[in-house]
Amino acid sequence: MTPSEAAPQRSSLRHSRLARPDVWRIGVVATALLLALPVIVVFSFVFYPAGDVWRHLAQTVLADYVLNSVILMVGVAAGTLIMGITAAWLTSMCEFPGRRIFEWALLLPMAVPAYIIAYTYTGMLGFEGPIQEALREAFGWGYGDYWFPEIRSLGGAIAMLSLVLYPYVYLLARAGFLEQSVCVLEVGRTLGLGPWASFFRVALPLARPAIITGLSLALMETLADYGTVQYFGVSTFTTGIFRTWFGLGDSAAAAQLSALLMGFVFLLIVLERWSRRRARFHHTSTRYLQLPRYRLRGTKRVLAIIACLLPLLLGFGVPAGQLAVWAWQTAPHMVNTDFIRLTTNSLMLASLAALIAVGLSLLMGYGKRLRPTPLVIASVRIAAMGYAVPGTVIAVGVMLPFAWMDNTVDTWMRDQFGISTGLLLSGTLVALLFAYTVRFLAVSIQTVEAGLGKIRPTMDDAARSLGLAPRHVLRKIHMPIMRGTLLTAVLLVFVDVLKELPATLILRPFNFNTLAVRTFELASDERLADASTAALAIVVAGIIPVIILSRSISRSRPGHDHAA
Amino acid sequence: MRSRFLLLAGLMALGLFAAAAQAAEEVNLYSARKEELIKPLLERFTAQTGIEVNLVTGKADTLLQRLQSEGRNTPADLLLTTDAGRLHRAKEAGVLQAVQSAVLDQTIPASYRDPEGHWYGLSVRARPIMYVKGKVDPAELSTYEALADPKWKGRICIRSSENIYNQSLVASMIASNGVEATEAWARKLVANFAQPPRGGDRDQISAAAAGRCDIAIANTYYLAMMLDDADDRQRGAAERMGVFWPNQNDRGAHVNVSGAGVTAASRNKANAIKLLEFLTSDAAQQWYAETNHEYPVRDGIAWSETLEDWGQFMADAVNMGRLGELNAQALMLMDRAGWK
Repeated sequence: MTPSEAAPQRSSLRHSRLARPDVWRIGVVATALLLALPVIVVFSFVFYPAGDVWRHLAQTVLADYVLNSVILMVGVAAGTLIMGITAAWLTSMCEFPGRRIFEWALLLPMAVPAYIIAYTYTGMLGFEGPIQEALREAFGWGYGDYWFPEIRSLGGAIAMLSLVLYPYVYLLARAGFLEQSVCVLEVGRTLGLGPWASFFRVALPLARPAIITGLSLALMETLADYGTVQYFGVSTFTTGIFRTWFGLGDSAAAAQLSALLMGFVFLLIVLERWSRRRARFHHTSTRYLQLPRYRLRGTKRVLAIIACLLPLLLGFGVPAGQLAVWAWQTAPHMVNTDFIRLTTNSLMLASLAALIAVGLSLLMGYGKRLRPTPLVIASVRIAAMGYAVPGTVIAVGVMLPFAWMDNTVDTWMRDQFGISTGLLLSGTLVALLFAYTVRFLAVSIQTVEAGLGKIRPTMDDAARSLGLAPRHVLRKIHMPIMRGTLLTAVLLVFVDVLKELPATLILRPFNFNTLAVRTFELASDERLADASTAALAIVVAGIIPVIILSRSISRSRPGHDHAA
Repeated sequence: MRSRFLLLAGLMALGLFAAAAQAAEEVNLYSARKEELIKPLLERFTAQTGIEVNLVTGKADTLLQRLQSEGRNTPADLLLTTDAGRLHRAKEAGVLQAVQSAVLDQTIPASYRDPEGHWYGLSVRARPIMYVKGKVDPAELSTYEALADPKWKGRICIRSSENIYNQSLVASMIASNGVEATEAWARKLVANFAQPPRGGDRDQISAAAAGRCDIAIANTYYLAMMLDDADDRQRGAAERMGVFWPNQNDRGAHVNVSGAGVTAASRNKANAIKLLEFLTSDAAQQWYAETNHEYPVRDGIAWSETLEDWGQFMADAVNMGRLGELNAQALMLMDRAGWK
């Protein structure tokens, strides 16, 4: 064999070695770019001159927007952390009556859209609501004679959002506690730590990455919330964006506000990463015995029950109960064939979006695991940015490039063949599903990444050294381990899409409605009783996946007996 | 060569298919009016004319954005909004076209339509002063301007400046009194608020009825719907309120219209005009008045009993388009006045 014959062979070998990483890299980066398109479109407005609107904003309302947004975030962070972590710790580490029910029931508030809980509580607790009226009648009070918390206020908004968002913290904190090796806790106990100390000094720090993930989801959702704060008259960044965009008609300034909002989120993420720095959170032991739960007695038992019952009751029982009462009166003339179509539309969209989002999250998650280059990691981050952006902004960010593309194709076809293709993707479900994916990918990416994190790289190495090809590692090792995680991701996105309103409203095709759209249309006409049937349907449709989700998590604990 | 031929043939077939699809009699509507408050009328229209109506509802601003970005390929033939300001904005954005219709010109008063025919008002929505019977003597009330008087301190309920109806109310005052006087008025009005603005129009009415304030500013159809409500509490609250028509000795009470315009890119222009004409017909106008207690845009239509009870009034005759022009100014003015 002459050197000249050997050379091509070697170069082709090198070529294949180079080409392989590119599949992941290109895949992840291209997908991220595509998903970042709406955000990029919005950002591109930053370079438009915004006239003197900024001066006006700075002089009048900007300080309010910033202050209220910050207070709202701090408040919701405190609320979700306290409720979520307490409930997670109690249900995973303690034993008390009702624990098994609380385990899944605590997730139920997730099925209630924030604007709906706001409407129902206002109906009950507002000045003109039945409770205050009864007080006034009973004691002969008038306005100003007594103190009663004002529901439609910044504090009220914090309470409402905390009540429906704490399940994110609960969900992830619980998963975090459950996957902790019993050894770590046992070591803690042999070193003389009581239940409180082992919680604060061992379990909580170990569960921190999971808790932070849950918290960041809750906070992103808070920043993107429009319905609740708008109804409560609290001026935040989000309401400011809409005022500027639509009231003042200045899309550039509005986009700049959105960019500022995203910058804020990015800063938070960076801060959190920085604070974690080099700490590692791998679990080193594989002993996963049934955890010895602390058996609670006496006052402790009562307190534990209250701590679990309150968030459940306030976040789900009360609003769902109120909706049910209203629906009882109005359902007979609201439920018809139209209503059934709304329901199937909602379920169809939510399922499709969930599958797409989880598929892409797998791509992103694996891409990052296999090729953790700065570019890939940054791409994954960028792809997940959409969660903190209000749905309306995302929708406009989807609408503009899609319409541009359709119109460009149309013009080209007219020039070349004299045929008008019209709008190909704009105003179709494709545009809508794309918007959902952009908006909710963060939820599934975070979940998938957390799941992949559980698979230690040594497992891959072991499998590979035993002769499995990479794709077989995926199928035989990762898939079985990831099943619970993937299910979680699918269900989270499903519930989120079910509740989604603004993008659906803006991008949906002709003659196509969903439950959320119907709820909004009636509620925004201040016909809460009529809106209740559709709202209740969203809640009910959301409950089922939430229950499945919760069951799958209790089973997901490594070493846990599946029959139990 | 052959593949290019196939491609061309395929595209032509597609074109034919698209043409065939368009040949069916239809009209496509982007509507800011909620489905419940437009669909029954559209169904009647289809029954009468055989023209199918395809509907997307949404918020006016985003429907306008959609229309703008879809450009000449937009499927929409008609944009329907619940206030004239947005129609004016749509006209400015160049997405509406002027249409001539003798029927529309004859039936709709000049202040309720665009002078060039870019849009036409379809129903009138009034925003008078509502007061708690027994607590406020209607003789104390006169104009919107007079609500700035310190005697109303802590007695006025009105929703946020984010709401388009408040924006157009303030715009109408700018049109009449100028920016400076209106801003001074807004500052004093804000000082008279009983509570920071929150909730919708119904909430203002309920708050007044429950004793939180003595005066509410709200659109009449909300009060009318509360009077019709199955819920005793809503009905009871509404029954405690009286309607006062302000500014009857000068420009008249503030009104806005819901209206529609034919899009610049409309492919079913004739059908779109037919639908507009239908929406101003006797039957349709009566439907607005009966179902949603809005005032008909034309004379000679019977009002609902509730509307009759509140009496006749003189409406501000400022052209609705002017309110659209002044909208951004109105909002900035409210920001400066501290109207949340």
